[in-house]
Amino acid sequence: MTHLLSVSDLGRDGIEEVLRVAEAFAEVGTRPIRKVPTLRGKAIATLFFEDSTRTRLSFETAAKRLSADVLSFSVGASSVKKGESVRDTVETIEAMGMDALVVRHASAGVPVQVSRWVRRCKVVNGGDGWHEHPTQALLDCFTVRQVRGQIEGLRVLVVGDVLHSRVARSQVLAYHALGASVTLVAPGSLLPASLEGWPVEVGDDLDAELPKADVVSLLRLQAERGSGAFVPTLREYTARFGLTARRAQLLDPDAVVTHPGPMVRGVEIASDVADLPQAVVTRQVTNGVAVRMAVLFLLLGGAA
Amino acid sequence: MAERERSHTRGRIFVPRTQVLSAADLHRALVRMAHEIAERNSGLDGVVLVGLQTGGVPLARSIAETLREAEDADVPTGTLDVAFYRDDIGLRPVLPEAVTEIPCELTGKAVVLVDDVLFTGRTVRAALHALSDFGRARTVQLAVMVDRGHRELPIRPDYVGKNLPTRRDEMVDVSEDGVTIGTLQ
Amino acid sequence: MSRPLVLRGGEVLDACGRRRADVVVAGGVVRAVGPDVAREAPSRAQVLDAGGCVVAPGLVDLHAHLREPGREEAETVETGARSAALGGYTAVVAMPNTEPPVDCAAVAQEVLRLGARALVEVAVAGTITVGREGERLAPMGELAALGVRIFTDDGAGVQDGALMRRALDYARGLGVTLAQHCEDAALAAGGAMHEGACSSRLGLPGAPAAAEETMVARDIALARLTGARLHFLHLSTAGSVELVRRAKSEGLSVTAEAAPHHLVLTDAACAGYDPTFKVSPPLRTEVDVECLRAGLADGVIDAIATDHAPHAPEAKDLPFDEAPPGMLGLETALPVVLSFLGLELALDRMSWRPARIAGLAPRQGGPVVEGAAANLCVIDPAATWTVDPARLASRSRNTPFAGWTFTGRNRHTIVAGEAVVVDAEAQR
Repeated sequence: MTHLLSVSDLGRDGIEEVLRVAEAFAEVGTRPIRKVPTLRGKAIATLFFEDSTRTRLSFETAAKRLSADVLSFSVGASSVKKGESVRDTVETIEAMGMDALVVRHASAGVPVQVSRWVRRCKVVNGGDGWHEHPTQALLDCFTVRQVRGQIEGLRVLVVGDVLHSRVARSQVLAYHALGASVTLVAPGSLLPASLEGWPVEVGDDLDAELPKADVVSLLRLQAERGSGAFVPTLREYTARFGLTARRAQLLDPDAVVTHPGPMVRGVEIASDVADLPQAVVTRQVTNGVAVRMAVLFLLLGGAA
Repeated sequence: MAERERSHTRGRIFVPRTQVLSAADLHRALVRMAHEIAERNSGLDGVVLVGLQTGGVPLARSIAETLREAEDADVPTGTLDVAFYRDDIGLRPVLPEAVTEIPCELTGKAVVLVDDVLFTGRTVRAALHALSDFGRARTVQLAVMVDRGHRELPIRPDYVGKNLPTRRDEMVDVSEDGVTIGTLQ
Repeated sequence: MSRPLVLRGGEVLDACGRRRADVVVAGGVVRAVGPDVAREAPSRAQVLDAGGCVVAPGLVDLHAHLREPGREEAETVETGARSAALGGYTAVVAMPNTEPPVDCAAVAQEVLRLGARALVEVAVAGTITVGREGERLAPMGELAALGVRIFTDDGAGVQDGALMRRALDYARGLGVTLAQHCEDAALAAGGAMHEGACSSRLGLPGAPAAAEETMVARDIALARLTGARLHFLHLSTAGSVELVRRAKSEGLSVTAEAAPHHLVLTDAACAGYDPTFKVSPPLRTEVDVECLRAGLADGVIDAIATDHAPHAPEAKDLPFDEAPPGMLGLETALPVVLSFLGLELALDRMSWRPARIAGLAPRQGGPVVEGAAANLCVIDPAATWTVDPARLASRSRNTPFAGWTFTGRNRHTIVAGEAVVVDAEAQR
């Protein structure tokens, strides 16, 4: 693996390799000492041009459990505010001797651009605009596989703001590659302009889709990105597309409900639903560390 | 170990030349090593067997089985994958091959590491490092079916099935059918 | 006054047709044209080989951003004009979205003054509204008095329909042409590329074709209402071509241009998130490219205009959605167009028709006859050329054609009788 920019860089075999290696790291997470010397001497920088505490903490925990040195960069305290370009920032950080860069940016494609600017660093997409969030989709698949045994043949519902969701784009690629069928359920104003080439079905009646679903992936309504203006009111959105307590009754008892966090309780998920046994949100967070360890290990230690 | 050596040389296959232990020989060696373990530790209290993934795992299970029959003892038996502790990460493809499962806290225990072939000693070094993350064992001992020489580190086995002089470029394969010496081609 | 010139051994191709002829130039005008007139030239004349080449009226670009004043790090009138000359152009219309914009006589005079020293004729376009803010009409009469013939807020369309209607009514009396950058700002808001399958997959905000087409449709209605002359800049969608086709068949006085990049590239080029391929209007789909080419062939599209839009490397090295739109065009336009269009049609759409729209005919784009102004290009249709951004004359490097190899290239350029480009080298 040269870089991890998109789930499509991996293919089915690549995804399965990440999940297999992540199993081993999940076990490391249960040991008395949750740390291995694997990437001793390697340096990993997290370059977060957009705030995201949880993703950053997850990557940094992963890097530290691999014994890598971690350099944490965030825009708030950086020269970007003084007008430095992303390219100059990347070149500066790489020159400090980094082996991998985890890049998060509000603009789609920045990790792809960064991969063209670096000389020898590996680049991991930590979420770019509406484009992709590959490690999130991988940890979702890992968690679902942990609960359900396999992904092949499962029916996955992706519900909510698909238009602005990098998670949805990565999930569609990952679930499809692993043999699941994906149905998007969203208001028309929150669907991408074109789904040409997407291996998905589209449904508009959540009540009709829920009983058939093995996996329900709830997306966050990104109110801070103005997604609120794409629906008349949050109340109406919740009424049509929220996983309310009533709708939760329609779920198969073995269904798995995932959410990339942070959850907005009361909008896309009712508070008591978030605490149902089918909801695996905290397990996703735990597995996120193992999956990111696997990704960093495969990039920096997997092969010569 | 033999398994792992093979995975490092992708695209090449093991071509057997001479069988040095038959299946029966192998079994006899295992039984002897099991008895040596019980003798050396004055019984089996506090003994934990840990098979190295992947070649050492079936051997550790066989030793545990032998001890159950001969000594009526249920020796805790685990598995250990040392990929994350290897010193050649980044030099050649290293992937975890199977799960690590340590059955109990190791502090104060007598841990017997079990592997199929002892060669450079680097796997055992990695295993010693890994074990220390599961607690402070009272003692760690090493049982191998074949010691083929060519050590690169100051490591010696406590229990040996067979000492087998080899050339560096040869390969040793251990399976339930016995021990075979050959080359990679 | 420059040395007399002889263009020897070529074929002349202009609106009157094609014939084997040498061309003698002196005193800024064509002195003789004929199969064997070279010996009529004065002995001190500079002889330029035109063997195997086509001698034609120089190309005229309706749409070039020369960036001066205000963005001299990206381009200047001098460097932009040099790029134009190398590309076979003898005249360019400088777009008014400079900093400050050409919305008053002082700025127009400054650009004209810079243009007077440049390698090609520089015509200046003025803005429709003050500051290109879309609120108040710019002093079009004052600018027209300086020779400004085209007015546009290019970079943005005039959003307010009532204001546009007023501008058209006002312009009618001045005999000038309004040129619209058709884009409904609200529909296109945030759009970094064409909205469609590619943008949806890439997660980039898109501008739908409808953002362009709604304004084309509105402005056609306004042209009908006012009877004024209206030119559509850089049309990029199949729907726009259809709208203009109907407007023309109705007899409205509208003209339209398309840019070379919209005729060969699609939104698929954005897949690598390289902002070099970000342009406004955005690269569209295969279907749009086909319809634009069809419109070009049947005359619905009157002209090919470069929309030459230089940006300094540091300005383009940004995240895709933050980078400014625009591509270089002057040096590559002719080879790009010749890759899919015959030379005669290419010259019609790149020389004589745009010269008329710009109000520069027959000084520019006119027939190559005795007494005509000597604004000529000499095209070698067989020359092959690989685009190396580092060797372009522009101050910027944002060509989408880096590494492309083309057949057919401008060899010599004669502007007002002076050989400003000889064998693809600028002479000053």
